Amino acid sequence: MRREPEDTVAGPEDGVAGTVEAVRFDRVTKRFGEHTVLDGLDLAVGRGERVTLIGPSGSGKTTILRLLMTLERVTEGVIHVAGEPYSHMPSGHGERGAGAGPGGPDPKAGLVPASERYLAARRRGIGMVFQHFNLFPHMSVLENVVEAPVHVLREGKEAAAARARELLGMVGLADKVDARPTRLSGGQQQRVAIARALAMRPEILLLDEVTSALDPELVAEVLDVLRDVARATDITLLCVTHEMGFARDVSDRILMFDRGRIVESGRADQLLDEPTHERTRAFLRAVR
Amino acid sequence: MWDGEAAWAALPTVLEGFGITLVATVLGFGVALLLGLVLALVGRAAPRWVAGPVNAAAAFVRSTPLLVQLFAAWVLVPALDALVLGVLVLGVHYAAYLSEVYRTGIDSVPKGQWEACTALSLPRRRVWRAVVLPQAVRNVLPPLGNYAVSMFKETPLLSVITVHEMFHEASSFGSTHFAYLESFTLAAAVFLLASWPTSVLVRRLEARLAKGA
Repeated sequence: MRREPEDTVAGPEDGVAGTVEAVRFDRVTKRFGEHTVLDGLDLAVGRGERVTLIGPSGSGKTTILRLLMTLERVTEGVIHVAGEPYSHMPSGHGERGAGAGPGGPDPKAGLVPASERYLAARRRGIGMVFQHFNLFPHMSVLENVVEAPVHVLREGKEAAAARARELLGMVGLADKVDARPTRLSGGQQQRVAIARALAMRPEILLLDEVTSALDPELVAEVLDVLRDVARATDITLLCVTHEMGFARDVSDRILMFDRGRIVESGRADQLLDEPTHERTRAFLRAVR
Repeated sequence: MWDGEAAWAALPTVLEGFGITLVATVLGFGVALLLGLVLALVGRAAPRWVAGPVNAAAAFVRSTPLLVQLFAAWVLVPALDALVLGVLVLGVHYAAYLSEVYRTGIDSVPKGQWEACTALSLPRRRVWRAVVLPQAVRNVLPPLGNYAVSMFKETPLLSVITVHEMFHEASSFGSTHFAYLESFTLAAAVFLLASWPTSVLVRRLEARLAKGA
């Protein structure tokens, strides 16, 4: 139940040493061809902090999660995780030096893009739950949850299965361990996906519009499970959602995105109840 | 015209040939399944300087006739037993086709499956073995079955390199006993009896998979 106090959460401009930060985006730009999705983004998330990203679709929220999960690569800038470079790795010989160019020191000084091998070792601490669940349809529910602990964490089969049952119990699916995912409702599938992500004991959990593909009556069961997770663990949470009630309940901080930039950020109640930026007000009016 | 006795006399010879035909088909298809998978994986995952030549070789095999390949192999590797050679040539020829089938199957696995594997940090090898290939192969079982049937029906070509498969046996029985009609009819009937039920099975499998069972 360890939670960092709010004031340890600093933006990169505050120059705090990396240790309290779970995630830091340092002037990150992501382009798909000509289209700029993220535009020089600076963002820091503290350990154990719960941050919700809101904003119109196409504003770059999901890209942030996908960059963190290494499903995409940054175009410019550097992502740090747990105080260490993540999108990049130290090069043997810093070819560029730490010279201060226009706009501060070069974030890429002495770094080269991370190799697949470097990423493989580092992305383990990060888990993700997807909009469309992405369960393995040819495996049972239990096999889905056990797969990574056994083959990545090298847990024993028995131990992994026991823990998987525990997690499936926690998400209310103890009686579905042997079922095929395709036999389950969307809400049930998403709860399996949550258990599967948690089985890897991630320090950071990314939730990418996890209720957007669900029938309305199934949304609550998934959000309830996630509220439990938020309450019972000290996991760092980055969450993209259109469920403002959920955002209010779990978030320490909400970031409002528009066109690849953060237009407003603040405590959950403050941003939702007294948004200062016109873009935020318009967006909140539209989603409510 | 039809000599029942001659047909009866031809039966053991034809069936003996059928045994060789089956062996050639099963072994040949086994080679094709394995080699085809290797070709598909190399074409997909290997660096370009490996994948390029391998893909070109597969395209070359696909665009030359099996009969020519059999003769060429026969001339180039005379030391090898005819049946072994036949199995290898059949296997390589069909592997070039099956690699395309596998590739289609691999492409049919949704992107989300790969992304889930990344999110779980599954090692590459495990991603292929446990997640992608089981789904990919399932998606292409019907075309794989069709290729098996079609290989079975092409085994008479092996007779040109003196493999004693069914057509070869029927032919030699016909020439020694002047009973071509009977021996070939028998051989045709055996082909029909073996391949028809198989294609029915393949079609049923196809229907079941289409229903999303």
